[in-house]
Parts: sequence; structure tokens; C-alpha cells
Amino acid sequence: MAEYSQEKIRNFCIIAHIDHGKSTLADRIIEHTGLLTSREMQSQVLDNMDLERERGITIKSQAVRTVYRAKDGEEYIFNLIDTPGHVDFNYEVSRSLAACDGAILVVDAAQGIEAQTLANVYLALDHDLEVFPVINKIDLPSAEPDRVAAEIEDVIGIEAHDAPRISAKNGLNIEDVLEAVVEKIPAPQGDPEAPLQALIFDSLYDPYRGVIVFFRVKEGTIRKGTPVKMMATGATYDVVEVGTFGAGQFFPCEELSAGMVGYLTASIKNVKDTRVGDTITNRVNPCAAPLPGYKKVTSMVYCGLYPADGAKYPELRDALEKLQLNDASLFFEPETSIALGFGFRCGFLGLLHLEIIQERLEREYNLDLVTTAPSVVYRIHKLNGEMIELTNPTNMPDPTEIDYMEEPIVTAEIMVTTEFVGAIMTLCQERRGVYLGMEYMEATRAVLRYELPLNEIIYDFFDALKSRSRGYASFDYELKGYERSELVKLDILINREEVDALSFIVFSGNAYERGRRMCEKLKDEIPRHLFEIPIQAAVGGKIIARETVKAVRKDVLAKCYGGDITRKKKLLEKQKEGKKRMRQVGNVEIPQKAFMSVLKLDEE
Amino acid sequence: MELYIHIPFCARKCAYCDFLSFPQTKETMQNYVEKLIKEIRRAGKEYGERPVSTIFIGGGTPSILEADQMTAIMQSVKESFSIEETAEISMEANPGTVTEEKLLAYKKSGINRISFGLQSADNRELQLLGRIHTYEEFLESYQLARACGFDNINVDLMSALPGQTVESWEDTLTRVAGLDPEHISAYSLIIEEGTPFFDKYGEERGNGLLPDEDAEREMYHRTKAILREMGYERYEISNYAKAGKECRHNIGYWTGIPYLGLGLGASSYIDGYRFCNNSDLKAYLANEPGERFDEVLLTEQDLQEEYFFVGLRLVKGVSLNRFEELFGVPAETVYPGLLEKMIRDGGAELHGKEDVFFHLTDFGMDVSNYFMSQFLQD
Repeated sequence: MAEYSQEKIRNFCIIAHIDHGKSTLADRIIEHTGLLTSREMQSQVLDNMDLERERGITIKSQAVRTVYRAKDGEEYIFNLIDTPGHVDFNYEVSRSLAACDGAILVVDAAQGIEAQTLANVYLALDHDLEVFPVINKIDLPSAEPDRVAAEIEDVIGIEAHDAPRISAKNGLNIEDVLEAVVEKIPAPQGDPEAPLQALIFDSLYDPYRGVIVFFRVKEGTIRKGTPVKMMATGATYDVVEVGTFGAGQFFPCEELSAGMVGYLTASIKNVKDTRVGDTITNRVNPCAAPLPGYKKVTSMVYCGLYPADGAKYPELRDALEKLQLNDASLFFEPETSIALGFGFRCGFLGLLHLEIIQERLEREYNLDLVTTAPSVVYRIHKLNGEMIELTNPTNMPDPTEIDYMEEPIVTAEIMVTTEFVGAIMTLCQERRGVYLGMEYMEATRAVLRYELPLNEIIYDFFDALKSRSRGYASFDYELKGYERSELVKLDILINREEVDALSFIVFSGNAYERGRRMCEKLKDEIPRHLFEIPIQAAVGGKIIARETVKAVRKDVLAKCYGGDITRKKKLLEKQKEGKKRMRQVGNVEIPQKAFMSVLKLDEE
Repeated sequence: MELYIHIPFCARKCAYCDFLSFPQTKETMQNYVEKLIKEIRRAGKEYGERPVSTIFIGGGTPSILEADQMTAIMQSVKESFSIEETAEISMEANPGTVTEEKLLAYKKSGINRISFGLQSADNRELQLLGRIHTYEEFLESYQLARACGFDNINVDLMSALPGQTVESWEDTLTRVAGLDPEHISAYSLIIEEGTPFFDKYGEERGNGLLPDEDAEREMYHRTKAILREMGYERYEISNYAKAGKECRHNIGYWTGIPYLGLGLGASSYIDGYRFCNNSDLKAYLANEPGERFDEVLLTEQDLQEEYFFVGLRLVKGVSLNRFEELFGVPAETVYPGLLEKMIRDGGAELHGKEDVFFHLTDFGMDVSNYFMSQFLQD
């Protein structure tokens, strides 16, 4: 490998609103820098999980190193660091940004600036990154690059008149982007002779080599054999290998010095020891202080995960352990439900993170899961002065022991075209939002700022937002803190038996409405049985709503001939298959998806 | 062995019908008859030695064929197969398509049971179903069949029809039973996907266009009471007969007797194999007969499952002794606790002392799919 001086290195990332073309541009950059042939290209190189590809989002940040021969005749090293595109992973985004010196801002030429665009730009500017815009999708018939360029200048306040106008999809004007990277993004700084100080921005578990740590060297030099220490976790290792990344490949090298981006391996068993945001230093010659910004990620959303087939409990545990090797933000501990048997209470960064883990368990580990309604973490202050962090509604203490409760509150920014402002304000009010303000970005678009309880937005807020704005609203939030609130536990009784897995915490003013809708929803979800089934919602033992699933009275194939036996069997098989996806509670069979019903109470 | 012969033609497709049947030109029908006879002769070479206990000519509307066409079909059957002296030979006929000439020809050819597709005695209901005949035309055909010497007649009826009330259904039942046919089939209308009725009445109970669940259940339960009063016993989920006049062909299906299906799309179950004929008319007419589709060899497990979910269609139920004889294990071993649970749920009962039968109760019949599905093994 040729030696490169710091001036020839560019460490950058791409920031964008979802679907504005970040991953596609990353692919084009990799293609145009020529380290990969077209044949090696998968459709999207950076997103290497199937799930990501299907959802069109990037879950885990990764990096790729390519070589670009610029128009000045010089070769430049590009370290392109990918960032997750969802608010659940905000902290990971911030650490990835901290590893960069600049950022390409991709804006869709038809849609213009969206909430995430703004949130990500502000985050990048907070990290002192040099940001330059690129206007993508100019091939779309509805593209308005001039308008969008003006918008970028007005709203964000960065130069956009000379922004490359590209179509990442069609490979149009990609060269302009590469030249802009060379010109506009500053070369890294730092002293290779100084004590080692490197920022971890990602890590990944490899069954053969242990954890592979992704980092950016800020100061000093790291090489094979360097005795390192993770400053926050205190873990120490001797480096086995350092190197740089191709697309999906690792290239070992001698050493990585200040300004470089790469990986190390050191027979590390668990990603828990290599937390994103931690600082790697040399334990023999340590740096004075860790890099700023490290925080231990905490779970924002919890839910119960149970194997549909109780016998698969050990398999679920193994699968969660394996996923955790790669995902330090996944939390789990065993719990027991009367309705669902043995399972796990799991903590996630947000609802998307939850869904991703759930899908990976089902797909990669072939597990059939029952998921209970997600809950945020409530703080319960008891009369005896004790404070409990409640992650499972079932564990709520008796109301007579409770002094008061608190719930997490977020500050949200919602960007929406002005015609839908009214509808979105109504939605936020329904969700107990506190209006903070509104700013017009241009004549037709505004940013609404609200404080919202987290438990009002984790379920279906995003869907409601989209449906009430015909898809035009975008949304971003960050945790503000805890506030006192009137909360009650809502219990559901099916055939007069309380189903613990269906209990949830709700704002007392909404208890009646939620209980009523929950009963209606369950009435639709629970199939008719041979007997009548009452479904009741109760708060503190008092019934506040009731529905009834009528007994089945007819389920027969009246007309049947000899030739129909095959058809008849198929029909019965379908029926039996449906039963398998049920949970027996008392003598009632409840479909697995009913346990998530609370999520869908706002369907209109 | 039983024979089933399919005639896939009708004067007009009814709005609820999802059977393999459609109107065709006289020429196509003639080609079909010729091909069918060829198939019958070919099958006779393979299975002709086996005694045939029943024959059922179904459709469609078999009576749409000319008298000499049916005679030719029957002729080939008699020449190709060993038909028992006492065989039950049924043919479906629709009012408005039979004449004295046809009926006499059927009788002469050996057909000894006629099954009339009436469905309702209410002309407005018949019209909504898309039937081509009135009740009066049925009466005429029925009397004609009696006059031609048919002493074993079935009438098909349907409840839960659009526009039907409990009263009109009772009226249909009493009027038809009053004619004294030997057998009555009473089905509850099923709205099948792919029919005009599905588009109109769909899955959501037809927006009040169909009788509601309460009315539908009442019709269904009244059927048994009214017919019993008039001398008919229910012997299968949807079939009622005077003593000794149960349809033997139908019972054969539910008791595992082998059957050979001939004609378009007909199903067979023979020597442990289940298969069906080509169901594409063009291909059926063009190809050599004897093609088999979806052929499967039933496993021991299939047979055990079918023993129950098919056999339980009969009011008499299934013999537990025979299960053990056939499979070498008691049903209790294959389905531990299941029979008992069904009895506890009120869906089934046992009867008989030495030969113990397991049968569904009236309630069990109402929701038979629920119980039958539990006999499928994992």
C-alpha cells in the first residue's frame, strides 16, 4: 500500500433525508473511484443486510476506503463513513459524524429539505463538519433544482448555487461530486507522534476474529501489537491487526496514524467492551483525556419477546445473545408472563430498532415470536421515597404505594407543507403535545415544534403523521427529559381472565378511550370460539369498556362431493394452521398479533 | 368401486355456481360425448373387472344432452364395466331440460335414480339465483319422472338465499317434502369466490342482502325438524332421506370406497391413489384419455385423517373398531385425548356398545370444520 500524507486524505460522510438517495450516491462514488468492478457491485454496497436493502435504510454505520485520481493528477484517499438514517440511531449518527471532517448533504431535487435533512445538517454543523450540498434526482420530471438550491441557501444558510446537480441513479455528474470532495472537504489534522487518541464509531462481531472495531485516529499512531485501552469501559487489549476497508473487504496494513480511518482486531469477545463513542488510547503512553461526546446508550423502548412455541425459549435466548454480540444497544433479560410463559423483556433504541431485531430473529433465526406492546420507561416515585424505573407494565406497584409518576418527553420537529399544518397540529394535540412554535421555511412549508410524551409517539405516530399529511410531513425528535404525569395501568380481561401481556400504561385522561378501542380491536382480532367471550378493559379493577366475541354458530362445508376431498383438506389445513399461530390463555385462543393490537388503535 | 361421470354443460351458468360447467354448442357437446365414451372404454380395459356398486352422472346439467347421447354413454359404461344387479345409478337433471322422451331413454338405459336441481319453490328466489326454470316447470318434470317409472328421486334445495326468509324456506321445504321424493339435499348457500354472487354479496354478508346469521341458523335448524316431521332422517351434513333411500354413492365417498371419475376434471380415488382428469375442455377434447393430474398416493397418515374428517360428515359417524382394524392402532393412540375433548365441548358423542361409533352432535355438525380440522396431524 502506498503511503499517503494527511493532505491527501478526505474523511467524510453523506447525510440525507430517508429516500433522498444517500446509499445510491455512495455506490456511485465507490464505482467511480474504481476499486470495485461493476460486476462486484451489489445493488447497494454499503447496506449489506437484506433487511436494510428492503427497507431502503442503513442500520449499522460502516466505512469504505477508496482511491480517487483527481483532475489535479493526484491520488486521494476517500474514507466514506456511512451513517444510519433514522432517529432511533441518533447517537450512532453523531459518533460517525465525529469521525469525519466533512459531509455531503444530499437533497432530493423534487422534495427539497425535509425534517431529517435539517436535523442531520445541524448535527453535522455541531461537529464542525464542512458541509456541501448535492442536488440529487434531477432526472425526475418533478425535479426543481433551482428552487431546491434556493431553499438550501435560505433555510440552512449554506452556499448552494454551485452545488453539483446529479442523478445518482443514472450516474450523472458524479465526477463533480468527487472533485467537490477534494476541494471542499478539509484534510484531517493531528500529530502522528502524539499519544494515541482514536474514536470508535462502530464495531462488528466476526465469529473468527472476534470484534472488529471501526475507528478514526485523531492523534498518534496505532499498529499491530500496540497495547490499547478503551477509556470508558476500561477494557485492555493488544492489537492483533489493523487495516482499512474495501467494500465488504478488509485490507490489513502496517499502521494507521493521525487522520486515518480503519479497523483493528484484538481477540475481543464482545461488542460491549468496544462501545461506540469510546476513545482508544495506548495504555503505556495514554492521552490526557478521552475524546468528548461519549455516552452509554440507553434503551428508550421496551417490550416482551416470547417464542410462539414455548419449547423454543433456549433458541430465542441464543439468538438474542448472538444479536447482542453485534449490537451493544440491545438489552434483554428473562421475564415470565402468565399468558405467554417464558420470554425476555428487551430494550431498544426506538421502535424501528425493535422491529429490526424482531424481524432478524424471525428471519435469520427462524423463530416465531409473540411481541407484547412496546412501553417506554416510566419513573415511579413511591411514597416511601423509592424510585422505580418501570419497563414492564405488569410490574407496576399498587397505586396506593405510588406518590407520583413521570414519563419521558421529547422535543419534536415536524416539517410539513402549510396546507396540512392544521391537521398535524390537531394530531399533536391529540397526542398531548405542547406547542413550542412554528417557523415558515418558505411560503409553503413550515417547521412545527412540539414537546410530546414519548409514549404517544412510539407506536404509530409516524404512520398517523404520514396519513394526515398525505405523506408530506417529516419528523425528528430528541429526548428532553422526564415530566410528572397522571398515568394509570390499563388491564385487559379476556373471558374474565386478566391477560398480563396485554396490560399497558396510559395517560389517565385517555384511559377510557384507549380501553374502548383496545376492546374493539381485540374483538376483531380474536376469532369466534365455540362459546361467547367477553373482552373487558379495566383500570384499578374497575371495568371501563366491554366488547363481546360472539360464539361461532356455523363453520361447515355444506356442499361436498367426493372430488372435493382435497379441497376440503386444504380448507381444514388452513384452519389448523391459523390455530397454530394462537396463544392459549385460559380456554381462549388469542392470535399472536393481538398482543400488538395496542399499536394500531389509531387506524382510521 | 363407484363410478362418477361428469357432464360439464349447462343451459346457462347460475350466478352462485363454481362447478366445472358452462354453456356449449351442440357440436362441442357431441365431441365431448364421443371423447367421454372413448375414455370410458379405455378405463374399462383397466378396471372393467371390478364390481361397480353405484354410478353417478353429475354436472353441470347432464339432462342437457340428447336422449341418444345419454343412451350411448350408458351403453359404453355397461359394455366396459361389471355393474352389479342392484347398482344405484343416479343422474342429475334440471327442470326445463327433461322431456318424456329423455326420461324414458334414461330409464331404459338403466338409470334408476334422478336428482333434480330445484333449489327453491319460490320463483322470485329462483330468478335471483339465475336459474332457468320456475317451480311450476319443476313440478311438471317431477311428475313426468314419476310417470316414467322413477321410484327414487332426489330434490336439491338451498337455504340462506338472497331474498329468502325463514317462512319462505319453510314453505319450500313443506311443498317439496309434500311431493314425497325419496331424498332431499338441503344445502346452505356458500358464496364462492369467482362467481357473480361473490362480486355481489362478497364476504361481508352482502350488506343485508342475504339472510342474517340468526335467520340463516334458524333456517338450517328448521330444516331438520320439518323434514323429520315429514318422514326424512338426516344422515349426512346436508342430506336427508326416507329409510333405506340414502344415496349410496354419496355414502361411499365418506366411507372410503374407491371411485373412478370419468369426464372433464373428474376426481378418482383408486388403489390408494387420488388424482383427477384434465379440467381444460380443449385439452380434454384434443388429448388421448387417461391423463392423470395431481396424482398422490395417500399415506397412512392421510388415510387416518380422512377416516375422521370425511367420515364425520355422516350422522352415524365413524366406527372406532374399524379404525383399529384398518390401522392397527386405536384412535386414542393416534389422537390422544382428542375424542374426549370434543365430547366435553359438546361437539361429539359415542354410540354403540360392541362396535363403538364416534359421531358429531347437531352442534358439532354446525361447526364441523372446527372439529374436523383437529384430526389433521402435525
